[in-house]
Formats: sequence, C-alpha cells, structure tokens
Amino acid sequence: MGRTLAEKVWDDHVVRRAEGEPDLLFIDLHLLHEVTSPQAFDGLRLAGRKVRRTDLTIATEDHNTPTLDIDKPIADPVSRVQLETLRANCAEFGVRLHSLGDVEQGVVHVVGPQLGLTQPGTTVVCGDSHTSTHGAFGALAFGIGTSQVEHVLATQTLPLAPFKTMAITVEGELGEGVTAKDLILAVIAKIGTGGGQGYVLEYRGSAIRSLSMEARMTVCNMSIEAGARAGMIAPDETTYAYLEGRDHAPKGGDWDDAVAYWNTLATDEDAVFDAEVFIDAAELTPFVTWGTNPGQGAPLGASVPDPASFEDPQERTAAENALRYMGLTAGTPLREVKVDAVFVGSCTNGRIEDLRAAAAIVEGRKVADGVRMLVVPGSVRVALQAIDEGLDKVFTAAGAEWRHAGCSMCLGMNPDQLAPGERCASTSNRNFEGRQGKGGRTHLVSPQVAAATAVLGHLASPSDLTDAQQLVEA
Amino acid sequence: MEKFTTHTGRAVPLRRSNVDTDQIIPAHWLKKVTRTGFEDGLFEAWRKDEGFVLNQPQYAGASVLVAGPEFGTGSSREHAVWALENYGFRAVISSRFADIFRGNSLKNGLLTVILPQETVEQIWALVEADPTAEITVDLEAREVRAEGVSASFELDENVRWRLLNGLDDISITLQQESEIAAFESARPAFKPRTQPVG
Repeated sequence: MGRTLAEKVWDDHVVRRAEGEPDLLFIDLHLLHEVTSPQAFDGLRLAGRKVRRTDLTIATEDHNTPTLDIDKPIADPVSRVQLETLRANCAEFGVRLHSLGDVEQGVVHVVGPQLGLTQPGTTVVCGDSHTSTHGAFGALAFGIGTSQVEHVLATQTLPLAPFKTMAITVEGELGEGVTAKDLILAVIAKIGTGGGQGYVLEYRGSAIRSLSMEARMTVCNMSIEAGARAGMIAPDETTYAYLEGRDHAPKGGDWDDAVAYWNTLATDEDAVFDAEVFIDAAELTPFVTWGTNPGQGAPLGASVPDPASFEDPQERTAAENALRYMGLTAGTPLREVKVDAVFVGSCTNGRIEDLRAAAAIVEGRKVADGVRMLVVPGSVRVALQAIDEGLDKVFTAAGAEWRHAGCSMCLGMNPDQLAPGERCASTSNRNFEGRQGKGGRTHLVSPQVAAATAVLGHLASPSDLTDAQQLVEA
Repeated sequence: MEKFTTHTGRAVPLRRSNVDTDQIIPAHWLKKVTRTGFEDGLFEAWRKDEGFVLNQPQYAGASVLVAGPEFGTGSSREHAVWALENYGFRAVISSRFADIFRGNSLKNGLLTVILPQETVEQIWALVEADPTAEITVDLEAREVRAEGVSASFELDENVRWRLLNGLDDISITLQQESEIAAFESARPAFKPRTQPVG
C-alpha cells in the first residue's frame, strides 16, 4: 500500500524503531527563541551536556522584543533578562543567534523559510506551537515543549508517539478577495479546535496547489488551532521556485539531488488517509471569528450566532461565555461590529504578500477616526522589502503605525497590547481571552479584511470599500 | 522527573471546555527563566473573579483538576504544566487534551487522565455536592476511583513505565548514541545546515 507525504517524511527520519517503544526520530532543524529555551539550557548545564548539533540549530529573538525604540535598552527588566539569557546561552553553547537589531532577526517562523533553512522532507521543531507553519514546504514540523527542546538540544532526536493522517482536500478556485486565511479559518470552524487531535493534516487539491508559498504558510500555520500535530503540503514547482537561490538552499549538484528526493515525497495515489475532509473553494467567503477560540468563526456576511443554536451542551456554554467576554449580542450582523484597533502582522500574516495586500487597500485612504492600526512586519527582511516598495509610507500616510519586526500584539508579551475591553481585528492566529492584552477582544481576520476594517471602523471586506468617499481628497 | 504511582486528593470541578494555555498561564508570566514561581499566574484572569472555582474556600488544597473537553489547547508553553504543578496539582482529568499539553504534562510527572465526558460529569457532580470527597488516581492499576466512580483509563505503556519510575527521557535516548551517530553519518549532503553561509 502507498504512503502519505507525512508517513514518508516520518519513515525517513526513524533512528530507532523497537517493539513497545515510541519511534526515535532525527530532527533536521531546531529553531529556538527566548521564551521556551532558558529552562532547557539550564537543564543541559545541570547535567553537564552539550548541544549535540549546533549546525542544525538556530535562534532568534521575537516573542518578547519591543517594536519601538529598539536601539535603546529594553525598558522592562524582566524582558531584558530573558533576552540576555538567550544571548548568554547561545554564546556558551555555540548556537547561531539573530538578536534584535540584526538584519536576519524576526519571528522564528518567518526567519526559517526566508533563510532557505526550511526544506521539503525535513523534520523541523521549535518550542512554539506555530512551528506547523514550516509544513508548507512538505516538512514535518511541529511545536514542542521545553523538556523536548532540551531533549533535541542534547540528542538531536525525539521519541514520538505515532500519528494518524487526515486529508483536507480543497478543490476549485477561491473567489475574489478570499484568501488563505479565510480558507484555514473555515477549515477550523468545520472540524473544530480538537478535530485535528492526533492527526497530521495534509492540505491537497487544486485550490491548495494554486496558493503561493506565503499563502501555504498561512494555512499550515493554523493547523495547530484545529488541534493537529502538524499540517503539510506536498512540495512542487512553487516550493522549488521559492527556495532556489536562498542562503541555505542546496546548491549545484546538491540542488539536483535534493529536487530528485523532494519529487518522491508526494502522497502515493493508492495511499489511504485515516480521515478525509472536503471543501469547495468556490463556497468560501471572507471569514472572521466572533468568539474566544479559533473554531468560533463565521462568514463575514453572517451574524453573531445564538448560543441556543448549538446542539452540543459544551459548545453552547462555550458560545455563551464567549459572547459575554466579547461583549457581543446574538443576531448582530458581524459587519456592524466596531473595532478600536487593527493588527497586521504575526507568523500567520506578517510576510511581504500580506503587507502588500493590506497596503493596496489602505493606499489613498485613511484609518477611521478612533481606530489604531499597527503594522508589524514578520522580520527585518520583510520590513526592508516593504520599505523598498514604499509600503511603510502607504501605511503611515493612512494613519497606521509602522513598527519594528517581532511577534508583538499577536500574544501581547511586549508593550503592544490591547487595553481591557478594546476590540481588535487581527491577522494573527488566536482569539483566546486576554491573548492580545488583559480584557482585550480579538477577531481573527485576513490582511485584506483587517485593512478594510481599519478604514471603515467596523468589520468589513475590501468589497465594502467601493465608494470613493473613503478615498482621501487630493 | 518526579515519579507518579498513585495519588489521592480532593478535586476542583472546572466546568469549562477549550481551556487554552493562555488561560492557564498568561503570556506575561512567560518572561521568567525558571521552572518555578508560576503558581500565582495560574488562571490569573479568572482568579480575579471571586466566584471562580479556585477561589472557593472549600476547594483550597485540592490536587486534582477535573476540566471540560479540549483542555490545554493553543500555545506549546510548558509553563502551563509548571503553573499547575507549582500550584499543587498532581493530576488533571478531562475527556480530551490537546496533544502538546498532554506531552508536556507527562514529561513533568503531572498525570493527565482521559475519561469519558460522562465520567467527568459524574466526578463534577460528586465534588460539587461534597467538596471533601477524595479522588484516587492510580497509575499502577490505570484506574480513577471515588465514591460511586471506578473508571479505568488508557495510557501508552512506555509512557506509563517512565512515569512509574520517574525516568529521564534524555538519559534513555543517550543510551542509543551509536544508533544516532549511524543515522547522522548516512544523512544526505543536501540537508540544510544553520552555520552562516560564507
């Protein structure tokens, strides 16, 4: 019987397989950041262990870093200590680090692909659940906890429980203004926050194949929000075109060998998935969340649902709690929900295509009165590219704030946070209670919806912006 | 890792589904560089509400958390496990756990027990009616026992063995050093390296 993409990559990394034991898998690439690594390095020190493969390990600073005044000492002493700890650990153990101020610094899941380190058929781990992003290249990539970070540092392997496979097949063409973000939000709403539990998802079908690499990363990034172990897309010409020539992509004969191998990875025609989900791309529309988990979403054209409409008692209670927290009333059209803030950025939607899409919508328009719009590029490289294209000026002319690269308001660890009760349309990945700041209310949206929302002051799609009235008078 | 064989204690009923790790320990606590001192951050936002179950005096000192489905979703932060342990929990019972959280818990000796929702409801009813009721989580027998409740649970045999003996995963893996080295020497040359490209 044939094998799936995930099974092939898994099988190619088994160091040891023995009855009654989990498979021991080799890890090709280990990404580190300041938040989930200090206790792991402490563990190594206590046991007198080294980092086994510094040549397969790389660190960046992202979660905790400020997006303003980055040339000044970090104001928060606790944040400062955490960054200094990463710097000291990387120096002591010989790990390559891109610190704040470095041209390769940025959100860890933007940096890996950008450097060409994320490659098809590799295993990639990081102490961060959004490591699933790298699956867009046909890598088996997943988030791990700090104990596992220590395990990989010491052994370059992980003992892992077996997984099941799920095909998410999306056929057809996405409509005008419908993006990868809308697609994945619709998938999560369909299968639920626990629907992917125990599974590696493989996104397939014509709609997936026609996505750019950056859009594929957006899709795979949010696999974890469906509870999945990982999300993957088979590598193809789009993947190779993105990779070729990048710093760490194979060169010369190695490139040919790599492509020959990568071409063997696609799921065999006779392979069988443990579960299958089908989605018609043509039926998708801009999608937004109304609740406090990423599965609580609906098309933008819909209304806030009535909790009584949920059959499952747990879901009903969750919806009641969510509406209370979000300050929403059942039946309110989502387009009438007013926002205080708009965030464009994160490992989900902080890449150059996302910034271009948002800029194209705010260009020549103004951010609505009373709305704060924050644009945070995913990496310094993304920022430099955007500046080169004049996008920073487009955003600032519209009244948005253009910031330095980092995770920023996606998780509110640095000073970029919502105030209690503030409502935000955010291109990030989680709408949990307090995620963007204590008491803050988050609606997950695409960059296009975020930009249109910033201009109109309420949840909106670019198609709501046809009137010339929003254009600034020349 | 701390051993887990059997534990008996009082339980807290947390009637919420989709308890994400941002609720268990908010992001601003993640700036700490230790594995200890997270107890005050556990469910920080919810504990501001006087009525929250953890604030009710009858549940003070309880050591088993009984939660709704999809417990531990979201962020991979192991700090969520440390916060539960620092606060005094030894076991969490739910009908469904998020994968990464569950993996993290079992590597720290916090036993996550999967029971059918119907049994969870039974335990909720029991400890709401009588907060002094004790629950036994027995890893040797793979069984949860309380008044009127006797439910067996599944756990991977290898994981169970590591927990019962408090074994350190890294030392076990390092015993396979020669196999790791053999795998490494056979890796193709085109695989990526992180060292700066000249």
